[in-house]
Amino acid sequence: MLKDQDRIFQNLYNDKGSDVSSSKERGDWVNTKEITDKGRDWIINEIKESQLRGRGGAGFPTGLKWSFAPKEVGSRPHYLVINGDESEPGTCKDRDILRFEPHKLIEGCLIASYVVQAHVCYIYIRGEYFVDGQKLQAAIDEAYENKLLGKNAAGTGWDLDIYIHYGAGAYICGEETALLESIEGKKGQPRLKPPFPALIGLYGCPTIINNVETIAVVPTILRRGGKWFASLGREKNTGTKIFCISGNVNTPCNVEEEMNIPLKELIEVHAGGVIGGWDNLQAVIPGGSSMPLIPKEKCETLTMDFDSLIAEKSGLGTAGIVVINKDQDIIKCMARIARFYKHESCGQCTPCREGSGWMWRMLERMAKGDATKDEVDMLGDVTNQIAGHTICAFGEGSSWPVQGLLRHFKKEIEKRNNLDPIVQKKNNIPYLVDQHLLDKKNA
Amino acid sequence: MSLRRPAKNQPESFEFNASSLEAANIIVAKYPEGKQQSAVMALLYIAQKQNNNWIPLAAMKYIAKFLDMPYIKVYEVATFYTMYNLAPVGKYFIQVCTTTPCMIRGANQLVEACKEKISENECELSNDNSCSWMEVECLGACVNAPMMQINDDYYEDLDKQQTLDILDKILNGETPKPGSYRGRVNNEPENNRKTLMDLKNA
Repeated sequence: MLKDQDRIFQNLYNDKGSDVSSSKERGDWVNTKEITDKGRDWIINEIKESQLRGRGGAGFPTGLKWSFAPKEVGSRPHYLVINGDESEPGTCKDRDILRFEPHKLIEGCLIASYVVQAHVCYIYIRGEYFVDGQKLQAAIDEAYENKLLGKNAAGTGWDLDIYIHYGAGAYICGEETALLESIEGKKGQPRLKPPFPALIGLYGCPTIINNVETIAVVPTILRRGGKWFASLGREKNTGTKIFCISGNVNTPCNVEEEMNIPLKELIEVHAGGVIGGWDNLQAVIPGGSSMPLIPKEKCETLTMDFDSLIAEKSGLGTAGIVVINKDQDIIKCMARIARFYKHESCGQCTPCREGSGWMWRMLERMAKGDATKDEVDMLGDVTNQIAGHTICAFGEGSSWPVQGLLRHFKKEIEKRNNLDPIVQKKNNIPYLVDQHLLDKKNA
Repeated sequence: MSLRRPAKNQPESFEFNASSLEAANIIVAKYPEGKQQSAVMALLYIAQKQNNNWIPLAAMKYIAKFLDMPYIKVYEVATFYTMYNLAPVGKYFIQVCTTTPCMIRGANQLVEACKEKISENECELSNDNSCSWMEVECLGACVNAPMMQINDDYYEDLDKQQTLDILDKILNGETPKPGSYRGRVNNEPENNRKTLMDLKNA
């Protein structure tokens, strides 16, 4: 287990309060000026050396991302945007940072803004986190009072203003370009890339977008050194990470742990074990709902980091671990996730808009045992038609969990639907119908 | 995609009151000059708050004029984002999360409780017109599942009986205490904490 002094988020459970004076006791804002005085290149190098990868799901190296920002500020101002639109089912880590460690985030914003030469930073928070956003706003106000923001913020000589922008219940706005559209006051529909936001982003200006957790760990890395961070975890999967363990466990919780920790240790030690014992485990979704599930056999030895999960044809994503035990109907669970994606598709690309509903309807039939023989293959076919054929990664996100189900639980589906080739079911099922005919009467 | 339709009965006109106007002007100042369209989402929230938790078409037209942008752009935004209510939802708006992490911990019991206490169908006003409920997608409090949101507050770690009690209080006009209903502190593992022990209760 990670030593307590190596945990970055000391106030994860709000033992000490989140105001500026108690944050200073934990080391925030202590020598911000000394850090920025070392210069942009030093900071970027230190972050590169720490091998910090983005905590929002894609795992892109943060130091590299920052180095994409133009070196000179031209006629267009630069922006820093923080992505706090945490909507991935199974994930609730950013919420704790917003409400209990806001000063780590604000200080990180100042350092990152200095590096990418932005004078304005927008923090995008999902609308449902209104109360937590108010806590962050209180912390921002407090920072202004203490001259940690505004003109010559924290004595660094850098001017920075931070504003909160609330979302309004659209999962897709967690995609970086959809998030920019949303800040611009439009529907959250992703943009085509390239051009990448680092050159043409918010209001057409160079914009760097980072996840809340990524930015919040930056000040601690710079204080303790990139080498310290890189010494935790393993090569290219370094540092600590907040894991959210939910589902059928005895004590669901958020916990900060070292990367590359065994999944079994997370579940057994921190989450109090699976309800009904380890043998009652059916499957685990390792990184938020868009990552393919992993069956019990592989959970024994699985370690939690970006690369080892990719080797298992899944991904770390946001590290939202959903434990599903044998009391649950796995097909129903996945059908519910498919319904989530059907509801949240932004409707811009046809494969995703139509396919996400199609997958949901097929999975609902499979859960009931009403599916016909060719539907299992058809479901796999639909997932392949969606993944890779959409503007943003939502297409992959919606089809991967279904592919995971087909990969590991195909037998279960076939058993339930009694797909005996001798008995040919003939169901008259409308495959492509207008979505709105299936929607419940809307308010 | 979710399909959303505006209510049939619409008020004739809408205008910001003094406090809304003040809040709106503060929001518009957050964005660069000429980019006041960015404020549309926040202004829709202000209109929703002022108008008993829902947004009439007249408010969208008013906001379009206020921000000097086409009405259809405001309409697009209001119908795209699911947190803008386009029909009356009552003073207390209850949203029950039923996505998988909540579902496998018994979110259907919360739905049953809402059906018993408020209305048989979702998005339907209760008898006294004070509240309505609906199923929503993940609210981002998965380790506190099952949970629900009432207006701005989260109610976490619920079971059916606790939900019934909360709804009773709301129907009596009281405001129940938000947070965990199993008595645990924030997101720590209940009675099983093994990290940051020096700080606990310090």
